[in-house]
Amino acid sequence: MSEQTSVDEQAALPLEEQSNGKRRTMTLNMGPQHPSTHGVLRVVVDLDGEVIRHAAADIGYLHTGIEKQCEVRTWQQVVPLTDRVDYLANLSNNLAYCLAVEKLLGMEIPRRAQWMRVMLTELTRINSHLVWLGTHALDIGAMTMFFYCFRERENILRLFEMFSGQRMMTSYFRIGGLALEAPRGWQHAVGKFIRAFPDSIEQYENLLNANPIWMERTKGIAHMTLDDMLNLGVTGPMIRAAGLAWDIRKDEPYSAYSEFDFQVPTRTESDVYARFQVRMDELRESTKIVIQALEGMPEGEFQAEAPGIVLPEREAMKTQMEAMIYHFKIISEGFRVPPGEAYVAVESPRGELGYYVVSDGATNPYRVFMRTPSFGNLIALGPMLQDKLIADSIAALGSMDFVLGDTDR
Amino acid sequence: MLTEELQRIPHVQALSAMPGAVQEATVHLGEVTLMIDPEQITAVCRKLRDEFAAERLSGITGLDWYPMEPRFEVVYLIHSIRNRYRLKLKCRLPGESPEIESIYEVWRAADWYEREVFDLFGVTFRNHPNLKRILMPEDWQGHPLRKDFPVHGHKYSYRAE
Repeated sequence: MSEQTSVDEQAALPLEEQSNGKRRTMTLNMGPQHPSTHGVLRVVVDLDGEVIRHAAADIGYLHTGIEKQCEVRTWQQVVPLTDRVDYLANLSNNLAYCLAVEKLLGMEIPRRAQWMRVMLTELTRINSHLVWLGTHALDIGAMTMFFYCFRERENILRLFEMFSGQRMMTSYFRIGGLALEAPRGWQHAVGKFIRAFPDSIEQYENLLNANPIWMERTKGIAHMTLDDMLNLGVTGPMIRAAGLAWDIRKDEPYSAYSEFDFQVPTRTESDVYARFQVRMDELRESTKIVIQALEGMPEGEFQAEAPGIVLPEREAMKTQMEAMIYHFKIISEGFRVPPGEAYVAVESPRGELGYYVVSDGATNPYRVFMRTPSFGNLIALGPMLQDKLIADSIAALGSMDFVLGDTDR
Repeated sequence: MLTEELQRIPHVQALSAMPGAVQEATVHLGEVTLMIDPEQITAVCRKLRDEFAAERLSGITGLDWYPMEPRFEVVYLIHSIRNRYRLKLKCRLPGESPEIESIYEVWRAADWYEREVFDLFGVTFRNHPNLKRILMPEDWQGHPLRKDFPVHGHKYSYRAE
């Protein structure tokens, strides 16, 4: 960790120089189509026997220029793009972007919409952690986990479909509130899922917690110190597993999080097992938040009172001229946002998700920068794998829980 | 030159005591932005990390104000967990030869973020250990997030050709 060479500087050197003239190392190419990378990530590892002497992550295979695209869309049209950044945490991305633009607009969002946002982002967190758990365990060899996790995830996707009409690319949060009023019977559907969910968590833990193979593959693996993690820009469950109780939901509460009661789970071991435990605890905390939201959901509007920004109701458009004009203006031209810039960070399932939005007063953003957690966490991949066994690299990769679309944008 | 609100913030006060370091200081929507002399960016970052508990670099990005001059801005998003503040540092760079010192030795997270700004904006970071493209293919021509780079209709680049 002390050496100051950059991530893939060494990979470019010929073999003899990499091994300092003594032992020959073998360069192994993992990816970009390796099953354990869950996307297109290339890792170039230099092996001395079974020990990784140097690992370099090569990203960019999924770069789609979303930030450039944002500059030619109207403010509201950017929302569906943010879904596609991280397909497992689409609502967290919607939320961060909407909060940033609402900050620039100086908008007040009704309490009901805020609570809905909290509830749905927590369901997103559960969804994302379930996919992580299933695939992480699958990589390590526990295949059953995958089926169990995807069974519950399917229920969450059905809830998303019920709310927004889409299973994954929901675009349910809009600038000014929500896209639609919650569907009839949502309390029953969410309640049915969330009250049964603690039993499912228990089921997962029964399979894994004291499982000797699981312990062997995860305990003490891919350790990294807290200082290194901070320096390398790691955020989220990984840093909480290193002992730092830092959660943006608590430290810089956004939306309605200050009204909810939840804990920030931490561990100190900073290994793959600790990261697993932190995420399992987070499933429980998220469940708590969803139940609180379900029981205390305030009545009121789901959108802010902001003509010219929020689309008018259909009925109003048929009877009121202003409503029709606003509708036409919003759809054809969009709305203007006062010049300025805002950075808003939210706690996505993977860590700090920040949107830095710059406006020059036009109907489209001047610049949207997405500070994505997967990008920040992957910086630490090389240093984390150094001097570890090649067989452990799969567990280490899984414990980082990255989404390559989130990394490359 | 500092407003009263800014004077109450210890790290802003300390930085503006450094000769010529802070060119402009603003608070907008509760976010503090300091315009920093590009020559002193490493010193400023080191001071923030060592004396004001700025443990982490949230990110680095760029802004292109084409056709205005100075054309580029490099934006550093800095965060202190212990002292609970976020801070934006900005450096203005000319369009002709945008070049600035790397802050890799202060926060190693800068490694990838600086490569990204280099890749997408064409800003060169002096003393960066491995400054090459990170998101675009290695043989890509141009810098996509510059405002004079077209959104549509750019010809594809093929590695093998």
